[in-house]
Amino acid sequence: MTRMSLLADDVAGKRFLAILAILCVVVPVANLLVPSDSALHLSTYTVTLLGKYLCYALLAIAADLVWGYLGILSLGHGAFFSLGGYAMGMYLMRQIGDRGVYGNPDLPDFMVFLNWSELPWFWSGFDQFWFAMLMVVLVPGVLAYIFGFLAFRSRVTGVYLSIMTQALTYALMLAFFRNEMGFGGNNGLTDFKDLLGFSLQSDATRVGLFMASALALALGYVLCRYIVQSRLGLVAVAVRDAESRTRFIGYRVEHAKLWIFTFSAVLAGIAGALYVPQVGIINPNEFSPLNSIELIVWVAVGGRATLIGAVVGAVAVNYGKTVLTAALPEVWLFVLGALFVIVTVYFPQGLVGLKSMMMRARA
Amino acid sequence: MNMTDSLREVVRRERVFDFLVPRQGPRQGPRLDLSHNTILYLEDLTVSFDGFRAIDNLNLYIEAGELRCIIGPNGAGKSTMMDIITGKTQPDSGSAWFGQSIDLLSLSEAEIAEAGIGRKFQKPTVFEMLTVFQNLELAMAQDKRVWPLLRARLSAEQRDGIEQTLETIGLSDLASEPASRLSHGQKQWLEIGMLLMQQPKLLLVDEPVAGMTHQEMDRTAELLTSLAGERSVVVVEHDMDFVRSIARTVTVLHQGAVLAEGSMEQVQNDARVKEVYLGE
Repeated sequence: MTRMSLLADDVAGKRFLAILAILCVVVPVANLLVPSDSALHLSTYTVTLLGKYLCYALLAIAADLVWGYLGILSLGHGAFFSLGGYAMGMYLMRQIGDRGVYGNPDLPDFMVFLNWSELPWFWSGFDQFWFAMLMVVLVPGVLAYIFGFLAFRSRVTGVYLSIMTQALTYALMLAFFRNEMGFGGNNGLTDFKDLLGFSLQSDATRVGLFMASALALALGYVLCRYIVQSRLGLVAVAVRDAESRTRFIGYRVEHAKLWIFTFSAVLAGIAGALYVPQVGIINPNEFSPLNSIELIVWVAVGGRATLIGAVVGAVAVNYGKTVLTAALPEVWLFVLGALFVIVTVYFPQGLVGLKSMMMRARA
Repeated sequence: MNMTDSLREVVRRERVFDFLVPRQGPRQGPRLDLSHNTILYLEDLTVSFDGFRAIDNLNLYIEAGELRCIIGPNGAGKSTMMDIITGKTQPDSGSAWFGQSIDLLSLSEAEIAEAGIGRKFQKPTVFEMLTVFQNLELAMAQDKRVWPLLRARLSAEQRDGIEQTLETIGLSDLASEPASRLSHGQKQWLEIGMLLMQQPKLLLVDEPVAGMTHQEMDRTAELLTSLAGERSVVVVEHDMDFVRSIARTVTVLHQGAVLAEGSMEQVQNDARVKEVYLGE
């Protein structure tokens, strides 16, 4: 009812944006200005790790928008993330120029290795940053639009839709594994040198990428919040809870689904594009269905249909993953599975819902 | 029909072919035409499912502003009739007109809803996670395309409209409660309210008092009576006490056709009705 101001009654959101703003000041100072022997120094490794978490958080927000609010359990959001990543990766490959192992100024190393004589048509234009950025948005967006158009128009819902999204990402994974596809096969794209002329190895670039990720996450959050608070957001919830009823009132349910799904895919693509220069590689494993399922676990753990929960879940689970895979690599998948079961059964509202759950228990 | 007859049918001078009539979508096209004071014409309708005739040569007319009750034993074709009016089921033959000018059989479900026919289902389906107010806001007649919805702001006029409806259905105090907190009867009223927000000219209400307490039933009777007049209301109901308390005209359906029609008293004294329905 009170939708006057976007963040007026969103305390958690304001806090979250404040934390992001503080991080954008503290991280550069602690990494670049504090001397490296000081206890307050933040290593570049940590900066990159944090940046990675922020990309995951953006991806999780995108997934929460369609799962939490629209009720579409997409098990293929990793595909959009990876496509965004590949678009960025192609730009970074073209930036290597003649500094590759084979020193060919036009062709990336893997093409020289495959004895290709010229650049495939779909690689042209990727030496331009603006074009690559356009593709980061367009490729996942158009794919999601076509997929959604066909799926939603045929009124595919529930488990069937989830399986189809899963199949989508799996099919893409198999396709990208093939050398003939022209995306580097199973090695993917790597050995990146610089982005817009800034060396990817330098600390300042890493900090810059971290800040760009924070900014993208903040913008992504605000935009999702805007959608969720609008009347379209009400329609989304209505579709989630009683789809045929919503249709009966006269809403074009397919259209609402299609546009929100497409927007979510675009967000996921942007997250992927910011992720790739920070980790330095993109390969077909990013398409693996497991990644998309993990993403759903993040959102479930954090608490769905909250947006903030998606951020909390993504950061918490990935922090756990970083710690655990370093200490006990073989247990991680068991922990992940157990986490999902426990959260679904005992804390359906996730970490974010814990507080209200405890308050209710006390009352 | 032999060939001469077919030919005669085709060249009949007073005949107007469908494609010559401007298409009456809900957006453009002439509005509901009530010049003959009849809002709904169902003529010679027949529907069969796997050989079973659910509706068998049904003729029914509803006047503008009327409150009509339709009763009949299970399988009499009440729900199928509602399905035809709302576009969910296509009849095998016959015609269904909304006012003088809108051919219901050529419109989709959504178009019929937009043209001004609202249907309340037996089981209340409100949006549980949204508040009562938001439920009404969604049901409001408005531009339902994606972009306008994203930009939509509640105007003072719309707010008044919602508040007025809240008052009509008696849920003003519960406006900001989630619909999941409402009692069964309150949900039924909310659903009627949601229908009202679409400003229908014809309201189809399917078993409104099933599972209601007596107080709730009285309240519902009051509500439905107050709604008639400005719009036409068709109520399908099993509960005879309830029908007696609201109905002016009752139609009895039996085996897909109208068995009797008239005031409650007339209908109750009809020998055939007694036989098939009242079981006396």
